[in-house]
Amino acid sequence: MSIDALLSVLIAVLGGAIRVSTPFLFVSLGECITERAGRINLGLEGTMVFGAMFGYVVSYHSGSAWVGVLAAGLSGVVFGLVHGALCSLPRVNDIAIGVALIILGLGLAFFFGKGYIQPTAPRLPSIELGAWSDSPALRAALQVNVLFLIGLVLALGLSWALANTRWGLQLRTVGDSADAARALGLSINRTRIVATALGGFLGGVAGAFLSLYYPGSWNEGLSSGQGVMAVALVIFARWRPMGCVRAALIFGGASSIGPALQAVGIQAGYHLWNAAPYVLTLAIMLASTSRARASIGAPGELAMTR
Amino acid sequence: MDLAPRAPLQASARPPAGSLWLRRWLVPVGSVFAGLFAFGLFVAAIGHNPLVVFATIAEGGFASSFAWQNTLLRAAPLILTGLAVALPAQAGLVVIGAEGALAFGALAASVVAVPIASQLAPQSVPLAWLAGGLAGMAAGGAWYALIGLFRARRGLNETISSLLMSYIAIAVFNHLVEGPLRDAASLNKPSTLPLPAEAMIGSLPGLEVHWGLLLGIVACLLAQIVISRSTWGFSLRVAGGNPRAAMLVGLPVGTLIVLACVAGGASAGLAGAIEVMAVHGSANASVLAGYGTTGILVSFMARHQPLAVIPVAVLMGGIAAAGSLLQRRLDLPDATTMVLQGLLFVAILAGDAFRPKDQR
Repeated sequence: MSIDALLSVLIAVLGGAIRVSTPFLFVSLGECITERAGRINLGLEGTMVFGAMFGYVVSYHSGSAWVGVLAAGLSGVVFGLVHGALCSLPRVNDIAIGVALIILGLGLAFFFGKGYIQPTAPRLPSIELGAWSDSPALRAALQVNVLFLIGLVLALGLSWALANTRWGLQLRTVGDSADAARALGLSINRTRIVATALGGFLGGVAGAFLSLYYPGSWNEGLSSGQGVMAVALVIFARWRPMGCVRAALIFGGASSIGPALQAVGIQAGYHLWNAAPYVLTLAIMLASTSRARASIGAPGELAMTR
Repeated sequence: MDLAPRAPLQASARPPAGSLWLRRWLVPVGSVFAGLFAFGLFVAAIGHNPLVVFATIAEGGFASSFAWQNTLLRAAPLILTGLAVALPAQAGLVVIGAEGALAFGALAASVVAVPIASQLAPQSVPLAWLAGGLAGMAAGGAWYALIGLFRARRGLNETISSLLMSYIAIAVFNHLVEGPLRDAASLNKPSTLPLPAEAMIGSLPGLEVHWGLLLGIVACLLAQIVISRSTWGFSLRVAGGNPRAAMLVGLPVGTLIVLACVAGGASAGLAGAIEVMAVHGSANASVLAGYGTTGILVSFMARHQPLAVIPVAVLMGGIAAAGSLLQRRLDLPDATTMVLQGLLFVAILAGDAFRPKDQR
C-alpha cells in the first residue's frame, strides 16, 4: 500500500469514527442509563431499527428531519415503556424480553417500512469542520453531524446528573442495591421503567441517525447489531457516560476500516473487516470479566454481573 | 393474561396439587392466546379482519398437502435450531446464536460432503451425507463450545456472547462463500461448489419432505430421554437450577455448561448441514433464512422441553409458510409473520410472571 493510500485510509477511518460512532454513542448512552438502574435492555436493537424506520417516515411526510428524530425518540420511549413494564412483573427475565423485543421491533419496522424503501426523506444537516483544509478527503471526513455534538453534550450532562442530582442518586441506588432503595422508600419499578424509557428514547434517536444521516436511507439491512453491541460498549465504558464517548469512537473507527479499505480498492477480506467491531466487543468483554469478581463499576443489581 | 390470577404463594400453605397442575398448562396456553389476541388487535388496527388473517394463516400453513409440505420443510431446521436453544437452557443458559452455528454447519457440510460425494458410487452416497452431517455437527459444536468456555471460565454472559459470535460467524460465512470457497460458476448468487442433484438427500417415503425432518424428531426424542432419564441429564438440570448447590455436591458445573453448549451447537450445525445437503445443494445466502432466530422462540414456547419443540416447530413453520399467502391474498408485507412471532414471544415471556414458582 502506498503512503497516499494509507493516508486516505487513515482519514477515512477518522471520518468514519466520527460518523459511525454517533449511533453507537446514543444507543450506548441509552443502555448506560438503563443499566445504571439495574436492568439490561437488549431490545434496543429492535428499538433502533424501528426508530430508523419511523424517523425516516415522519421526516418524509413532515419535511423536517428533526421532527423525524423526535418521532423516532418517542417511538423508542414506547418500546422502553413496554420493556420496563414487562420486566417489572415478577420472574420475568430482562434479557429474554429484550430478545423478544428485537424480533418484534424488527418485525414492526419491516412491516410499516415496506413502502418507504424508495422515497427520499429530508436528511439531517452537518457542520463543515474541515473548511480550513484543501484536501477534499479531509473535508469529507470532518463533516460532523449536529447529532454527534448533541451526543457529546448529552454525555457530559448525563455524567454530571448521575453524580450531582437527586435523580442520579435515586437511579444509582436502585441500580446498586434494590434493598437499600426499598429501605429509602424509593419506587424501584418506577425508577427502572423511567430509565428504560429514557434509554429507549436515545435508542430511537440512534436509529434516526442511521436512516436520516449515515447511511442515510431506510432499508431492512440498516442496523448491524449496534443495539446489541451497546451492552458491551457500556461494560467497556465501565457504566460511565464519558466512557461511552470513548467506546463509541473506538467502535466507530473499527466499523469503518472495511469501507475505508474498500474505498481505496482493497476488496480482500471486506466481510472479515466488517466483523472487526464484534471481535473487538467480544475481546473487550472477555478482558473485563472474570469468574471471581463482578466487573469494575458494574451496578450491583445487574443480572449479568450476579 | 389474567387467566391465572396470582394467588399469594406461601411456604407453609402450598396450593393444592390440582391447581398447580392447571396453572402449569393454563399459563403457557393462555400466553399463546394472549399473543394471538394481541396480533388480532394489531391487524384490526391496520384495517384487516383478524378472523380472515387467522384463517389465511391456517390455510397457508396447514390446509393442503402443498401447505403441509411447505410447513414441514421449514419445521425441519426449526426443530434443530429450537433444540439448539433448549439444550443449553437445561443448564440455565440462554444461548441465542444458533444462526452462527447453522452457518458454520452449512459450510462444513458443503466442504466435506461435496468432494466425498463426487468420489463415491451412487449407492454409497449416504456415506457422504454421514460425513457432511458429522462435519456440520462438529463445526457447530466447536463454535458453541467457545460460548460455554467463556461462560464457565470467565463468567461472560452467554446471551450477549452468542449473539456477537453469531454476527462474526455470518461475516466469516459471507467471506468464505464470496471468496475462497466460491464456485466460479455461481455468477449472480455466490455459492460454494454444489452437491450434484442426484447426490442430494431425498424425500421421506410418501412425503415431499426430506429425511432431515425425521432426524430432527429423533434428535428431540434422544434429547428428552437423556435429559429426563439419565444421570447426566439430571446433573445438567441441577446445575441449571441451582449452580451453587450443584457445586456443593461436587458436580462439574463448568464441564456440564460446556457440554450443554456443545450439544446445542451440534444441533444447529446439523440443521445447517441438512439445509445444504437436502435443500440448497451448496452453502449460500439462502441458507441463512432466520431459522436460528425463530428457533429461540420455538424453544421458549416449548418451555425448553425437547419433545414439545417438535409441535411448536411445526406451528412456527406453518406460520412462516403462510407468509407468502398473506402477501398474495391480503397484500400484507412478509414481515407480518415476524410481528406475530414477536408478539407471541413477548406474551410467553410475560407469562412467566403467572407460573408457579417452583417450575423453571
